[in-house]
Amino acid sequence: MMKRVYLFAGHYGSGKTNIAVNFALKLHREGKAVKIADLDVVNPYFRTKDSAEDLAAAGIELISPAYANSNVDLPALPQEIYGLVQNRDFCAIMDIGGDERGALALGRYRPYILEENNYEMVFVANFFRPLTRTAEEAVEVMREIEQAGGIPFSAIVNNSNLGAETTAADVRATAAQVQKLRELTGLPLLFTSVKADLAEAFAGESVLPLQLQKKIIDEGDFA
Amino acid sequence: MSEKVLMKGNEAIAEAAIRAGCRHYFGYPITPQTELAAYMAKRMPKIGGCFLQAESEIAAINMVYGVSSTGKRVMTSSSSPGVSLKQEGISYIAGADLPALIVNVQRGGPGLGGIQPSQSDYFQATKGGGHGDYHLIVLAPASVQEMADLTAKCFELADKYRMPSMLLADGTMGQMMEPVLLPEESDVTVEKPWALTGTKMQREHNIVNSLYLKPEELEKTNFDRYERYKQVEENEVMYEEFMMDDAEVCVVAFGIAARVSKNAVVEARKQGIKAGLLRPITLWPFPTQAVKKAAEHCKAFVSVELSMGQMIEDIKLASDCQRPVVLCNRAGGMIPSPEQVLESVKNVAGGKA
Repeated sequence: MMKRVYLFAGHYGSGKTNIAVNFALKLHREGKAVKIADLDVVNPYFRTKDSAEDLAAAGIELISPAYANSNVDLPALPQEIYGLVQNRDFCAIMDIGGDERGALALGRYRPYILEENNYEMVFVANFFRPLTRTAEEAVEVMREIEQAGGIPFSAIVNNSNLGAETTAADVRATAAQVQKLRELTGLPLLFTSVKADLAEAFAGESVLPLQLQKKIIDEGDFA
Repeated sequence: MSEKVLMKGNEAIAEAAIRAGCRHYFGYPITPQTELAAYMAKRMPKIGGCFLQAESEIAAINMVYGVSSTGKRVMTSSSSPGVSLKQEGISYIAGADLPALIVNVQRGGPGLGGIQPSQSDYFQATKGGGHGDYHLIVLAPASVQEMADLTAKCFELADKYRMPSMLLADGTMGQMMEPVLLPEESDVTVEKPWALTGTKMQREHNIVNSLYLKPEELEKTNFDRYERYKQVEENEVMYEEFMMDDAEVCVVAFGIAARVSKNAVVEARKQGIKAGLLRPITLWPFPTQAVKKAAEHCKAFVSVELSMGQMIEDIKLASDCQRPVVLCNRAGGMIPSPEQVLESVKNVAGGKA
C-alpha cells in the first residue's frame, strides 16, 4: 500500500540520504509526482544536494537548506518544506538527519503529518555500523529518534553494507538481525537496499538497487 | 557476520581509543571532528568511562593534563582552531613528561577558516605549536583502518616515551566511511611509577610539574628529554613506500594527499614515467633516512600537500637540497586531483623542476 509521505530516519551514516534519493527516483520512474526535502540540520556533509543534478535531470524538485553543502554550518530549514506536508498533490520524500539530534527537526512538521495520516516512517538500518550492530542496539536508536521526532516508526529498510566492498553474502548475513528487529518492533520490512551490481543476487525479493552512489573524492585504495 | 564494521574515520578513532584502554575523554565540539565526541558521549557511560564536554578547548586539555598525571590513558580531540586553543596545555603536558593523545582533524585556516579538509597544521603539529623546546609524536593516517590502528599506536608510543602524541588527520579522513577491522581490546598495563596514585604511606610522593626555579635543573630536564626524543627518532619512524625501488620521481605525501598521489603514481607508470610514492606515517619523527635514500636515485621530489607548502621544508632538509623539490598543492579546504599531481610528476620528469 503506497503512502504519500515517506520519512527516512536512522543512525547517522546508515544511508538515509542515499535511500531517500534512490527511492525518489524509483517513484518517479513509476510515474508518480515526487518532491524530496533535506531536513538534516546536523551534518554539513553528504547531503541530498550532492544528487541535485541527477534529481534535476529527472525533474524531481529538491527542497534543501540554502546553505547545505556550503561552508556555512547553519542549522536552518527553508519554509518550502511546509509545502510538502500541507500540499497533498504529490509524493513527498523527507530525508531526516541522523540520530535523535537530527530527528528533532521533524517535530515542527509532525502535526501535519499525523493529521494527514498517510505516511511511512522508515527506519534505515545498517547492521555493519558500530552502534547498531544488533537488533537490540537498533531498537535503542529507534526509540531515541521517535522521542525526538514525535512520530513512531512504521517500517524498516535493511541497508546493511560495508561500502564498496559489500558482497551479497554480507547482506544475507544480516537476515537474523533484521528478523529479530522485526520481532522486537512488530514492524514490516519495506525493502532491502543494495548497491546496483548486487541487485541480481536478490532477484525476486523486495529490493531497491542503489543506482545513485556518491563518492566524496577520487582517492586511491589504501586497504 | 563479517567482523568488519563500516565506520567514519572519527568513529574509528573513538572506538580504537576505547579498546586501547582510554576511559577518559574531554573535548568540545567542532566540525569536522564532532562525531568523535558524539561517539564517546554514547559509549563512555556504558563502559564506566568518563565523557565530559568541557566549557572550552582550554579546559579540556587541562583536564587531560590532570588525568594523565594519575597514569590513566586519556585523550582530547578537536579541529584546527580548537587545537590552537589547546597549545598552552600541550606545552605543559610535554613539560611535565606526560603521555596523552591529542587528535586534530584538520580544516582549512588560518583563523576560523572553513570546515573542509586541510593539512595546514603540519608546522603546528611537528614544530612545536606551543612554547618551549618539545616535540609531539605525530602520526598521519591515510585510511579509516589506520585511523583505528594509529590511535592505538599513539597511546602506546606516548606511554613508552612519556610524551604527548598527536593523531593528525583531516576533514576527509574524519568524515569518510570505510570498512574497518577493529583492534582487539588491549589488556596491556603500562607501569607508571611516576603517576599520582596516592602514596598509601608506602612511598615518597610523586610530583608532576613543569615549573623549575633553577635554570640548571630546567636545562638538564630539557637535555634529558631530547635524549629520549633521539630514541624516538631512531626507533619509531614509520613510512610506506610504493613503487619506489626504481623511481626517478619521488612523490612525498601523507594522509588524504597520499591517496590521491597513489592514483597519480599508478597513472604515471602507465605512461612510462618511473614515479614512486613515499608516504610518511610518522610526521615527527620524519622519515629522514627514507628521503635521503630516495635522493640517491630520484632526480626530483614532488611534495603534495593540502597547504601552502609545509612538509616541503622537511623534505628539503632531509635531502640536504640535493634534488629539486617542487610543491603540488591546494589549500583552504580544496583537495588536489590525481590529474594535478600527475601534471607535476610529468613536469619534473621532463626536467621542468
